[in-house]
Amino acid sequence: MSRKNVQIKVKELKTNVATIKDLELSFGRLTTETWTEPTGPTPFPSITALREWDHKLLQRYKPFYMPYCDVCCLCTFGKCDLTAGKRGACGIDMSAQQSRIVLLACLIGASTHTAHARHMVEHLIEKYGHDSPIDIGGLSIEVEATILRLVCGVKPKTLGDLEEVLDYCENQVTNLLSSTHTGQEGNNIDFESKVFHAGMIDHVGLEVADIAQVATLGFPKADPEAPLVDLGYGTIDSQKPVILCIGHNVIPATGIIDYLKASGLHGEVEVCGLCCTAHDMTRYNPKAKIVGPISWQLRFIRSGLPDVIVLDEQCVRTDCLNEAQKIHTPVVVTSEKNCMGLPNRTNDPADEIVADLVEGKVAGVLILDPEKVGEVVARTAVKVAPNRKKFKVIPNVEDIVVGAKTCKKCDDCRRACPQDLHIMEAVADASTGNLDSLSSLYDICIGCGRCENACQMDLPLHSYIVKAGEKKLKEEQFKIRSGRGAIQDVEIRNVGSPIVLGEIPGVLAVVGCSNYPHGGKEVVDIIQEFANRKFIVVTSGCAAMTAAMYKNEEGKTLYEEYPGSFEAGGIVNVGSCVANAHIAGAAIKIANIFAKRNLRANYEEIADYIHNRVGAVGLAWGAYSQKAAAIGAGFWRLGVPVIVGPHGAKYRRMLLGRKDREEDWYVHDARTGDRVYVGPAPEHLFYAAETKEEAMVMIAKLCMRPNDTTRGRAIKLTHYIDLHKRLYGAMPEDIDLYVRNELDIPITMKDEIRKILEDKKWKENRIPDPTLLPRMIRKRKEEA
Amino acid sequence: MATEPWQKAEIPGPTKALIITKPEVVVAMIKKAKRPLLVVGHEAAENQVGDKKLLDYAIRLSKMGKIPMVATAHIVGELAGLGFKPEGFMPAVDIANRLVDPEWKGLDGNGQYDLAMIMGITYYMEWVLFSGLKHFGQNLKTISLDRYYHPQASWSFPNISIENWAQNLDVIIGKLGE
Repeated sequence: MSRKNVQIKVKELKTNVATIKDLELSFGRLTTETWTEPTGPTPFPSITALREWDHKLLQRYKPFYMPYCDVCCLCTFGKCDLTAGKRGACGIDMSAQQSRIVLLACLIGASTHTAHARHMVEHLIEKYGHDSPIDIGGLSIEVEATILRLVCGVKPKTLGDLEEVLDYCENQVTNLLSSTHTGQEGNNIDFESKVFHAGMIDHVGLEVADIAQVATLGFPKADPEAPLVDLGYGTIDSQKPVILCIGHNVIPATGIIDYLKASGLHGEVEVCGLCCTAHDMTRYNPKAKIVGPISWQLRFIRSGLPDVIVLDEQCVRTDCLNEAQKIHTPVVVTSEKNCMGLPNRTNDPADEIVADLVEGKVAGVLILDPEKVGEVVARTAVKVAPNRKKFKVIPNVEDIVVGAKTCKKCDDCRRACPQDLHIMEAVADASTGNLDSLSSLYDICIGCGRCENACQMDLPLHSYIVKAGEKKLKEEQFKIRSGRGAIQDVEIRNVGSPIVLGEIPGVLAVVGCSNYPHGGKEVVDIIQEFANRKFIVVTSGCAAMTAAMYKNEEGKTLYEEYPGSFEAGGIVNVGSCVANAHIAGAAIKIANIFAKRNLRANYEEIADYIHNRVGAVGLAWGAYSQKAAAIGAGFWRLGVPVIVGPHGAKYRRMLLGRKDREEDWYVHDARTGDRVYVGPAPEHLFYAAETKEEAMVMIAKLCMRPNDTTRGRAIKLTHYIDLHKRLYGAMPEDIDLYVRNELDIPITMKDEIRKILEDKKWKENRIPDPTLLPRMIRKRKEEA
Repeated sequence: MATEPWQKAEIPGPTKALIITKPEVVVAMIKKAKRPLLVVGHEAAENQVGDKKLLDYAIRLSKMGKIPMVATAHIVGELAGLGFKPEGFMPAVDIANRLVDPEWKGLDGNGQYDLAMIMGITYYMEWVLFSGLKHFGQNLKTISLDRYYHPQASWSFPNISIENWAQNLDVIIGKLGE
């Protein structure tokens, strides 16, 4: 690997020719190369290096735009009305404008992950040194940093090696962002190519962040038996001082846990978290607890349990400080990206800061030194807790009844609710003392609080729902398997063949946020269905938490019921958002470990392999954020389809295949060079499902790949048809597009399917060695 | 209030749906259309309109107006249970994507549609689908048959009561049958 900015100073150098004094040599970069794999065509690819690959995908999966509004308001030419073919003052049309907005969203996501990674790496280098080794799985992981190998063509060995990778990411994000300036890119397909590039850069940032923390912080290292840890409000001991950490960057929380241990307070104080910081806290220390996903922020704060709230970065409610003040809880913000208007006390003595927080002289402070955060937060929590007495702002039943009687029945609460919840009717019931209707909203509410902002009577409606659901909240006691990190090489060896041949019917990655259309139970149902069908199910982020929040009849969660290994029927929690890198990494490793394809800077070939052979699909049922968009974009460039829930339609752009256009579904046969029809597999690259049932059928369908063996295709078709019959109550109408020859037909459905094929005048097709890349055709190479 | 979007923050911009002030407007639009299409989402199987399901209205509308129906999401089985076979079923984003393709030959191979009526898709999803059709559907008019104002459609009911909605749908179906 290389070293940046190497300087050599020589005080005095005597030679036969001359004596040189105060010689100073400076090298921009010094490279010591030990990795013998040949470098592929696209090391550190520029914005346009993979443009041809992107255009191939976008030719098949054309964007369908669904604008939020008719105008562009990004410059002072505007607002410009772009409705139905009109162009703006700069000349842009609606397609380009929408793809530009998608690019901006993905760049927000990619820059956020990259900045997170930069902070992580800088901090860890300061603490552990440049030469701290990157070991994320011992002997179980020889192919570590798969995304970095694939994209950048580097094989990092130490923390210091990650710096030049982040330099690259920052450079690319800056260049991509510049393309969104007025009067730059104007073609929607080129914008979309840049979206893919942003997604790929995002994945690099994810991987850097997670391998850096796994390598240094003692997280589980690719461990299928990572510990089962506590999740849920009910697991938190309210008798103890409670520290709540919210966000995604675990570094401040490690400072807290370290201080508690060093000061003998560990065990005396509860440390819990919300969102991905919570995942990584349990990876750092299995005694830390997860409260729940992002949507639990308001309900948990208002419940009064936290004695100190620590905010780091990403997905933190921006009104946390206001909410904390309502329950008399001090706030410590710890990230330059999220200062909340609080005074920077980083350089002040801890004693003074603690005193100010405990006495309530300040509502909160900014501290950028994680060790000082640890000391201040721990000491403050211990001192504040007895005074606060878990003061809460959840009303009692009598208050709700009185408040509900003042409701003006304007229905503004429902009309502000993203879920269209019938809040007004529930409040009407509450005015009679019946809180059942409010309680029924608890499971579906995404905790945004928009109902309260809309209420003309300023009723604390979200708190009403939380009070009505209080019993459920307090009974939330679950086990989740702590994020394990990467997938082992041996696991890939074991499943590589059955995945590529189609005998494991698919890999389903259930990821993303908790903006679910009908509550988290749908996510649990989907995961369980596919685990039972022997798909490999991988989880991360808030979705991984949601997966733990329901128990079977024996009182076990999915993580207790199913193995945590990357195998058929396993449910694998890789960890926080940044651990999504290991999901992409697993797909990439299949190409490398199983198929022996070179990874190094060989992006296009590996993506082509994954797209045509690895039956993987992502499901972000509650995706809401720009980061989720960026993560999705990274998968799109790899050719992996992503399904979102109905709220995901608000990302404003789908990438949809057209199964009725036969000409879109030809590949090259790498053996012969022939163009071969392979059917719409996979049919879509980005797609919003209307219902859970629709998503489940589509998951099974999107796992089909041109390379499936006949046995594999028959297995996949069995799942697709079976789910379609059960959930749609009918046979699929497109079976003929997925049966390539007689042997593809599931044996138990032969008669039924043969009849359909006859009616549709189906003709047999051959199974090629599929590729979208002409350069992969072996016959031509031989001829040349 | 009547002409505000149901979800109040959903402000589309300069081009907003004309309001269906009386059901005859819809009847006239359907009769004027050469190739109308009815798109029915999953909420039609869940929502009651008076003592009937919205799905019952959708079936009657399709039959009386001789309007081909595309069922979205998973409701094709529900329709079969009611003895009705739609001309097509596919995801909502798929039918919208086809409706903006001038080369699409339609469900029957006879060409693109010139009028798309949508009912029974969750408001926020239907909102963006209508938007896609508004901006990219060439020569396509759209009508929302849901009871909430959908400004991204060409025509929409204002926010109306269930009773009013039922009366409107009954009139439309009745007049199409005349």
